[in-house]
Amino acid sequence: MDWFSRNLPYFLAGISVGGQYALIAIGYTMVYGILRLINFAHGDIFMVAGLLMVYLSASLPVFLAIPLVIILTVLIGFTVERVAYKPLRQAPRMSVMISAIGVSYLLQNLALYITGGLAQQYPAIPWVSDQITVFGASTKRVTVITPFLTIILVILLVILIKKTKIGMAMRAASKDFETSQLMGIRINSVISTTFIIGSFLAAIGSLLFFSNYTGVTPTIGTMPGLKAFVAAVFGGIGSIPGAVIGAFIIGICENMIMMLNQYVRFDISNFKDAFAFLLLIIILLFKPTGLFGEKQTDKV
Amino acid sequence: MKKKELIPGLILIAALLVLLRYLELHISPQSQWAMLLTVLKKGSIYALVAVSMNLLNGFTGLFSLGQAGFMMIGAYTYAVLTIPAEQREMVYMYYEGGIIRFALPSIVGIILAGVVAAVFAFLIGLPVLRLKSDYLAIATLGFAEIMRALFQWDTLGPLTNGSNMLRSYPTFKTILYPFIVSGVCIALIVMLINSTYGRAFKAIRDDEIAAEAMGINLAHHKRIAFTVSSFFAGISGALLAMFQTNVQAKSFNSAMTYEILLIVVIGGIGSVTGSVISSFLFIACSEWLLRFLDETHVIGDVTLPLMRSGFRKVVFSLIIMVIVLFFRQGIMGNREFSFTRLFSGRSKKSKGGKADE
Repeated sequence: MDWFSRNLPYFLAGISVGGQYALIAIGYTMVYGILRLINFAHGDIFMVAGLLMVYLSASLPVFLAIPLVIILTVLIGFTVERVAYKPLRQAPRMSVMISAIGVSYLLQNLALYITGGLAQQYPAIPWVSDQITVFGASTKRVTVITPFLTIILVILLVILIKKTKIGMAMRAASKDFETSQLMGIRINSVISTTFIIGSFLAAIGSLLFFSNYTGVTPTIGTMPGLKAFVAAVFGGIGSIPGAVIGAFIIGICENMIMMLNQYVRFDISNFKDAFAFLLLIIILLFKPTGLFGEKQTDKV
Repeated sequence: MKKKELIPGLILIAALLVLLRYLELHISPQSQWAMLLTVLKKGSIYALVAVSMNLLNGFTGLFSLGQAGFMMIGAYTYAVLTIPAEQREMVYMYYEGGIIRFALPSIVGIILAGVVAAVFAFLIGLPVLRLKSDYLAIATLGFAEIMRALFQWDTLGPLTNGSNMLRSYPTFKTILYPFIVSGVCIALIVMLINSTYGRAFKAIRDDEIAAEAMGINLAHHKRIAFTVSSFFAGISGALLAMFQTNVQAKSFNSAMTYEILLIVVIGGIGSVTGSVISSFLFIACSEWLLRFLDETHVIGDVTLPLMRSGFRKVVFSLIIMVIVLFFRQGIMGNREFSFTRLFSGRSKKSKGGKADE
């Protein structure tokens, strides 16, 4: 029992962080599925959502600030796609990826300019940020909410993709980009919808993430962003359930490392961030398409 | 460089070195031109790492994002091996002076910096070079992150000083040093590009399957490109360590790799001279020329809006976005800068292929 109550916080934190990564990872995996683009700016969209919350909640009540943050984040995601990726639709893939890196650089520098480089204190959201006790372990309520909220959102998303017309268009576009255009699918609106969904989930993810880790800095989006991408690759890029499972695995394993750190002689907490990448390299070597990825063949 | 360009070329290089030495001797550290020297030094170091990245991304078509990691390996190798024995007690004060008790001469340290980076690259290349485009990019980026965590690991402290700073190692006294080392290394890369290996690299870039059908050993050539590129990244890491006079693993993050990639893109993917020119431009803009944007200016009674600390970087990243979106060829495209062509005035298309997919 002692062991249980000592280690439970790590499990809880792992599941919660996993849920937050999952919400970001969906944005990566959907964009990659359609555009074959690693959207390096996605992690920074997540950071921007955090900053928006900091500034908006300073002057608005929380119940107004939260929807506004979500709307603005979606708007930014939409704009980024229209301005930085759409003009490069016919360009080689590398150019689009470089453009994504450029956007990431721009958003980070913009955040640096606005914040002056200081970490901004994330506001406490009533009820969500309250301390609660679960089986004797003290934690914030957000830790418990995250996995459930994530699962609900993922189920809604899967229904959207399986049952609705726009979802069908998305599946068609990710199967074969060019043919779907010939079949009369308006590809630009499909891509915009993808970015809107991705940014929406990133905004929710940022609300949950920063309720736990309350310092928002301009570069804070990079690491969760990269890890979420790793999760997407791990689960098989293009597959939404894959990305979610990958994200939970990474979140939990990461916190397992912190848990193990109590028992081993060396300090291994440094490798918390590196672990995701180790997992990535291993999975790419043995199953390059990820856990649930489709087999791809090269055409000459 | 063709035979008849060789002699003028050498004269030009000599003139450049004399000019640099002249500048160094006549610019006092207090004058506003002192920044020029800093820009030139750092620019020459970035030129080397940009060209080494171009060898991979532009000439071999391997999209690798591990360059900062290999620079870090080089910087650490150099610093760890060359700190004078009597200084070690102070540098490694948390680790009882560390485990290495000797100090190698500076030049040996630089070469070993390259060699160690190359060995790491060879080992990591065995598995990851089998991956295709984006996956290779993210795997190399991940490798750099793993190395960064490893170098900051407390248990390796006696070797790497943990997350503490390494310092007190020999640095260069004159501006000629980074220029000569970078210049020689870039010349070696150019020779490699113009050799049969270089042609094989370009064939792989243009079409892997066709290259394989022509009898090019893909794995072998990719490994060579990756190892050689990392060797030179390691050397530039050692130079950067000398320039900064201290090394810390946390500064070699993914943002640094992105910066190098942006330099390559601005210069033109597949152009060595482009990378060199854009390194100097990039460093000059980010460190010096745009500085005025960071200060508040008052004209008459009006304080110019927006201008305060950090504005420089915003403007700078906007410029980069404009280049990425509207001038995708960069400064040079995949052509090379040449004086004979400049003076004869005809713009002959170079024979290099396109760098698409």
